[in-house]
Amino acid sequence: MSFLQVKNLYKKIGSNDVLKDINIELEKGGFLVLVGPSGCGKSTLLNAIAGLMPLTSGEISIDGQVINDLHPSKRDIAMVFQSYALYPNMTVEENIGFALEMRGVEKAARAAAIRNVAKTLQIEHLLDRRPSQLSGGQRQRVAMGRALVRQPRVFLFDEPLSNLDAKLRVEMRAEIKRLHHKTHATIIYVTHDQIEAMTLATKIVVLKEGVIQQVGTPAEIYNRPANLFVADFMGSPAMNMFKGSVVTTNGVREIEILDNNTRVAMPSSVADQDLPDGKEIILGLRPEGITDEGLVDPTVVSMAKIEADVTLVEPTGSDTFVIAKLDGTNFVGRVRADVSIAPDQRFTFVFNLDKAVLFDPSSGLRLV
Amino acid sequence: MSAATETVSGGSARTARIVIYALLLVLAAVYLLPLYVMLTTSLKPLDEIRAGDMLALPRQPSLASWYKAWGEACIGVTCEGIKGYFWNSIKMVVPAVAISTILGALNGYVLTKWRFPGHKLVFGLMLFACFIPFQAVLIPMARVLGIFGLANSTAGLIFVHVVYGLGFTTLFFRNYYEAFPDELVKAAMIDGAGFFKIFWRILLPNSGPIIVVTVIYQFTNIWNDFLFGVSFSSGGASPMTVALNNLVSSSTGVKEYNVDMAAAVFAALPTLLVYIVAGRYFVRGLMAGAVKG
Ligand SMILES: Nc1ncnc2c1ncn2[C@@H]1O[C@H](COP(=O)(O)OP(=O)(O)OP(=O)(O)O)[C@@H](O)[C@H]1O
Ligand SMILES: [Mg+2]
Repeated sequence: MSFLQVKNLYKKIGSNDVLKDINIELEKGGFLVLVGPSGCGKSTLLNAIAGLMPLTSGEISIDGQVINDLHPSKRDIAMVFQSYALYPNMTVEENIGFALEMRGVEKAARAAAIRNVAKTLQIEHLLDRRPSQLSGGQRQRVAMGRALVRQPRVFLFDEPLSNLDAKLRVEMRAEIKRLHHKTHATIIYVTHDQIEAMTLATKIVVLKEGVIQQVGTPAEIYNRPANLFVADFMGSPAMNMFKGSVVTTNGVREIEILDNNTRVAMPSSVADQDLPDGKEIILGLRPEGITDEGLVDPTVVSMAKIEADVTLVEPTGSDTFVIAKLDGTNFVGRVRADVSIAPDQRFTFVFNLDKAVLFDPSSGLRLV
Repeated sequence: MSAATETVSGGSARTARIVIYALLLVLAAVYLLPLYVMLTTSLKPLDEIRAGDMLALPRQPSLASWYKAWGEACIGVTCEGIKGYFWNSIKMVVPAVAISTILGALNGYVLTKWRFPGHKLVFGLMLFACFIPFQAVLIPMARVLGIFGLANSTAGLIFVHVVYGLGFTTLFFRNYYEAFPDELVKAAMIDGAGFFKIFWRILLPNSGPIIVVTVIYQFTNIWNDFLFGVSFSSGGASPMTVALNNLVSSSTGVKEYNVDMAAAVFAALPTLLVYIVAGRYFVRGLMAGAVKG
């Protein structure tokens, strides 16, 4: 039995179906990340779990207890908001202690708990300040402190890092991960940053227009996306998509891509032996599956060498993204930083077909 | 050549500025003139006033007429000055302002953070109350006060002013709270604060500017009100404005302009004081409300 369970949850706002048949299970100590584009219903789902808005139908339970009708304060959850929602009229100390005060914890115990949390988050020197006197990163810490101090059963985070600059975001991301590792808290975390999702999650839920697209570990979501939407949404630069079709020559099934001029082997991710000849497919391959010859994975089973015209080179320092064109199709590859490569040059890429996946163009689902 | 155009345009800009300042000074002088006449007249003895030059500074300034206006002037049949009426007004204004402000804040809180079906209609009706002219409610109000047994009492006047002011105070607070982040309320809810705790601990402490605006607005309106005062009170229960009118229109013996003016100064003093103390928050608060809502 999982610790947190959402069953057949529907949420209608006005005539708008914001959430449709949401089913989620999370084990104790799990870190579930909800990702999806803006407006897909992430905050709505979080608010529903927090009890801040009524459900249209469905059931939410924590530790076997249905909490649908419990007031937010009785659910034993804490939430960190995107805007942090620190009380502007209170000091940091009062902000962190407010929930304890409301629950009638006496002053001495409160002070001890606050000090403890402040120490963990290294904000002891800020306790007397007001939120307006803090930097963005410090506010973020205080918001976390306010959640941590209660030691709730479940933490809800709504895009807690989206207001920070890039460097701070990476730091705080690491800090949240460390905190989770240390406290084994059960966390639901909303973001639309797929790197945050990949690095933090034990389980990712991809949402689109209020419908769950896929639930899985970061590796599953990344390597075996359930459909074209997930494949495109997760990963940056996005997965390359090649239109093509199935052909069989001399009893060997292959994939014809790039205006039917190039043939590659059937990817090993497809077990189905019954794909008919001429079936239209989309072959997906991430940029790191398209490399220079020197970067080829020595354990690769199936690969193809393909020559293409380089149109753009984007060095990132650690390696270089190359945008190339072949027979009217653009794709992105990732090559070593020290390979000399320039636009308008013809370059031999290696396609690692062990990493390729196939999709059905009409349904968008991955072929297995 | 470019230097020449620069001086020309610089010169015309300066001229424009001089014109603007001169105009502002003149208008300010016109606006302040009555206050000046009121103050100087109140400090002059009667024979100086009879000399006829209204704008002259007092030659022998004295506070005698102030003392008289405060403690001895005759209003109606009693000759105890305006002090009793001054306190009447204070006793009316303070509770009326406090109650209408608190209720307005509560209304604004409910109308923005605890929305219920029909909240727009309720707010619309309250807004409508702002546009009902005083005169239209006099007779129904008199009847209501009669039924409640509040006729001709300070409590009755407080009631009238609270009811009449509620539309305005609700409007002020609703617009202010409309821009107040919902997430703070949600956070407090999760933290375990109830309806009144959230209002008292989260909303109110962050309402400084709008409280100032509302208090100033209500204080000035209620203190300066004459119509309700003259309609719903009489004799010793009258507020300051009504007493001032009675003082000026009492025709026993010589007309003492200096005493009348001194009484008028007393009548204007509290509102002036409120503006001086809190005026800059007034402007700031109006701006804060204007940004969103
Ligand atoms: N009060 C409301 N009335 C009507 N529609 C609403 C309301 N609140 C949210 N919605 C709609 O519900 C959908 C989901 O909103 P939600 O805030 O959950 O999105 P989100 O996934 O959190 O997006 P973001 O990443 O931008 O925060 C949106 O299409 C939004 O327009
Ligand atoms: Mg959101």
